[in-house]
Amino acid sequence: MEAWSQFVQLLFSGLTVGSIYALVALGFVITYSVTGILNLAQGDFAMLGALFCVTLVNDGVPFVLAIGLSIVAVMAIGALFERLAIQPARRSPVAVLIIITIGASFVFRGIALLVWGTNPYALRPFTGHGALEAFGAVIQWQSVWAIILSLASFAALHLFFHRTYIGKAVAACVINPFAARLMGIDIRKMSLGAIAASAGLGALAGIVIAPISGASYDMGMMIGLKAFIAAVVGGLTNAPAAIAGAFLVGLLESFAEGYLSSGYKEAISFGLLLLVLFFMPNGLFAKMTGKRV
Amino acid sequence: MEHGQRMTDGRKRWLWLAGAVVWLGLPWLVFGNNYVLSTLVLIGLYALVGTGMTLLMGYAGQISLGQAAFYGMGAYTSAYLTAHAGWPAWLALVAGAALAALVALVVGIPVFRLREHYLALATLGFGVIMFTFFKEWKGITGGLNGFFGIPPIRIAGIPLQSDWQFYYLVSSFVLAGGWFARNVVRSRVGRALRAIHGSEVAASSLGVNITKYKLQIFILSAVYASVAGSLYAHYVTFINPDLFGIIPSIYFLIMVIIGGTASVWGGLVGAAVYVCLGEWLKAVVPLLLPNAGGEFEIVFFGLLLVIMLIYMPNGLTGVAPQGLRRCWKTSWRQSERATAVDSHKARSIGGEQG
Amino acid sequence: MSAMLLEVEQLSKSFGGIQAVQNVSFYVKKEDIVAVIGPNGAGKTTLFNMISGIVPPTSGFVRFQGAIVSGKQPHELAMLGMTRTFQNLQLFADMTVLENVMVGFHSRLKSGIVSAGFRLPRTVKEEKQAQEQAFFCLEQVGLAHLAWERAGTLPYGMQRLVEIARAAVSRPSLILLDEPMAGLNPQESKQLVDVLLMMREQGFSFLFVEHDMETVMAIADRIVVLDYGKKIAEGAPEEIARHPDVIKAYLGEEAV
Repeated sequence: MEAWSQFVQLLFSGLTVGSIYALVALGFVITYSVTGILNLAQGDFAMLGALFCVTLVNDGVPFVLAIGLSIVAVMAIGALFERLAIQPARRSPVAVLIIITIGASFVFRGIALLVWGTNPYALRPFTGHGALEAFGAVIQWQSVWAIILSLASFAALHLFFHRTYIGKAVAACVINPFAARLMGIDIRKMSLGAIAASAGLGALAGIVIAPISGASYDMGMMIGLKAFIAAVVGGLTNAPAAIAGAFLVGLLESFAEGYLSSGYKEAISFGLLLLVLFFMPNGLFAKMTGKRV
Repeated sequence: MEHGQRMTDGRKRWLWLAGAVVWLGLPWLVFGNNYVLSTLVLIGLYALVGTGMTLLMGYAGQISLGQAAFYGMGAYTSAYLTAHAGWPAWLALVAGAALAALVALVVGIPVFRLREHYLALATLGFGVIMFTFFKEWKGITGGLNGFFGIPPIRIAGIPLQSDWQFYYLVSSFVLAGGWFARNVVRSRVGRALRAIHGSEVAASSLGVNITKYKLQIFILSAVYASVAGSLYAHYVTFINPDLFGIIPSIYFLIMVIIGGTASVWGGLVGAAVYVCLGEWLKAVVPLLLPNAGGEFEIVFFGLLLVIMLIYMPNGLTGVAPQGLRRCWKTSWRQSERATAVDSHKARSIGGEQG
Repeated sequence: MSAMLLEVEQLSKSFGGIQAVQNVSFYVKKEDIVAVIGPNGAGKTTLFNMISGIVPPTSGFVRFQGAIVSGKQPHELAMLGMTRTFQNLQLFADMTVLENVMVGFHSRLKSGIVSAGFRLPRTVKEEKQAQEQAFFCLEQVGLAHLAWERAGTLPYGMQRLVEIARAAVSRPSLILLDEPMAGLNPQESKQLVDVLLMMREQGFSFLFVEHDMETVMAIADRIVVLDYGKKIAEGAPEEIARHPDVIKAYLGEEAV
């Protein structure tokens, strides 16, 4: 029974982490689909969201409001980043754009360091410290929140892209930018919106994970890179596949940590990245669904 | 750059002489100040890595986000072989370079089938994986505690331990590395690399084996990084994995971008700016922001990176000495044109078949 | 048959069910200028890309100087003596004109990275030879005075000439030209025609795709006509001009 409860425990921690990666990976997919840019600063939006929220909550702002304000603030930062760093370099080669996002990631990280210092902060869970017991494993309510929120975000995005006029316009822009321009859709606004939305998703991810693993200035890079792996595993333009990829990476890490060694879990997820890049560059699920965001 | 070629003989001779005097006399010029000398050694080590990366990124146009892994491979190979296996330092240095070359070959074959986004990601992934090994392979690397007691490197039996000795050692390597890189650039190989950068399809239609050259230059850049890592290990005698992770890889990238890709000396310029700016920030920022701690300088380097890429994508060597270079170029062109025309005439007269 | 340079046999290519090129066969002899013409979408570029090794054929094969070469990479073909130019100029814009042409001499040099890095005497000698050859070639096309300019700064017509010099400097047996007249003004076209005719005098062979009928009629020894991926005619310019299928498929369309 011991083995079984450990398995369930690892399963849930994998799903929790996976749902965080999924939120950030969704951001990647949106940004990449709309702008063609791989934004390596995506993980830092999670970091900023988490730290903003911690600060607001500590200053006595009601929890739900703090969450909302943090997300809005990070979206504004994302928009600013798009205007100041991405828009002026729109015509640069892909490699240059990637490096610009790395530079932006450094800036976010450095500013966070100057503002919040090096110590990690704690955020209280959304709904108390209680836990759920199932199959001998202890599952925090926050984990359930993480999973629910990531799936809800995906559902919301799905509705947006398939049921609303603006969403359909964005989808059209992804499929054929030229035709979209003829239809009077402003690509630059599209790019701004995509990066702001991605930033919002990232911020949400950071806020959700903060009660579980804390918030610190350097949490962004690894979340970002793992989400990246998830997005690549899923094929970069395919949202459902990216979410599947995120859960896959989360579970792989969780089980690697539980059954093998915690030190090598990063080597394992990046090993997966390399395998996918080398052998299935269109993602593991390329054949299953051809649908984009 | 080809400064030497572009100037008249007299000016050229003076410049060489002045350069040699500054190079050899520097330890005295700074009154043997160890802080200055150790800063110069650091610049030199980074410059060596940067020169290799300039060839890879600037000339061949291939990105690497995991270069610190090769730096680490050299450092750990040298550390382990000299401290635990009793190898002579020079042999260990060569072994480290050979290992880095081998790894670059094995990794490079699949990696360079990828492009752009995917290439960046794959090199990043490689960097993270190597970093994990440096961290976790405790029997060899000492893990996060680091690797202590690396014996000194010796020349003719004399152990090199002081900063001025290392200054000469490292600067010799930088000059040799720069000379080698310059020669590569100004040859069939260098043209092939730049051609790949310009248009892969055109390069290949003219007989350039793209995969082969990308791999070769990746291996060369790995060797440069590995040699720098070996020298670094003997210089500081203590190494730990944090020096060889993703952030250091990005710093190498920043150096190459600051230095620029218009010259093989871009790596040296970039390393000098990076190290000096970093030291200056460490001295100044705490005065303005007393709470600033940790790696706060990344905010400045991040900004610098973004601004350079938007407004000065060719780096310092791409823009700085423009006026100066223009006049050199003219004289160089004239002399080169004269030789080309002469040899062509000679051939027509001699009736040699083209 | 000994003078046979290029033989294209039953070459076909389909992209996801669409037959871009179907069972096309023709040949190029030494010192021939052969043109491939056809309306837009007739499969000329695909045919060209197959011959030059950029895309592999679905079926059929290409024989070059007696040996089957389909499936070989472009750089291997260049080493064997087949180079090409591109419809949308692929010059190395950041390199000088001379350097561009020197890249063309790549296949005739041997220096590797070690020999180059240490500047061994062999490399020095090779470099000198490459520079002389490139300069000579630029003189031939009348651009020697621009040798040290950045290639990207030249006017379009001159860039085209540089590209041809670059493809010719290694003295390949066959040069493929992909719409060499595209984008040129009448004066530049005339200049290019002169250069091509002069090069034929020197023993070069060409296979080219072209839209400009005047040029084709002026310089081609033989013409291959494609329509909807199939060869509908082949012969001397006069025959082609009279060929009813060609008039219907191509000239007729032009006349509308």
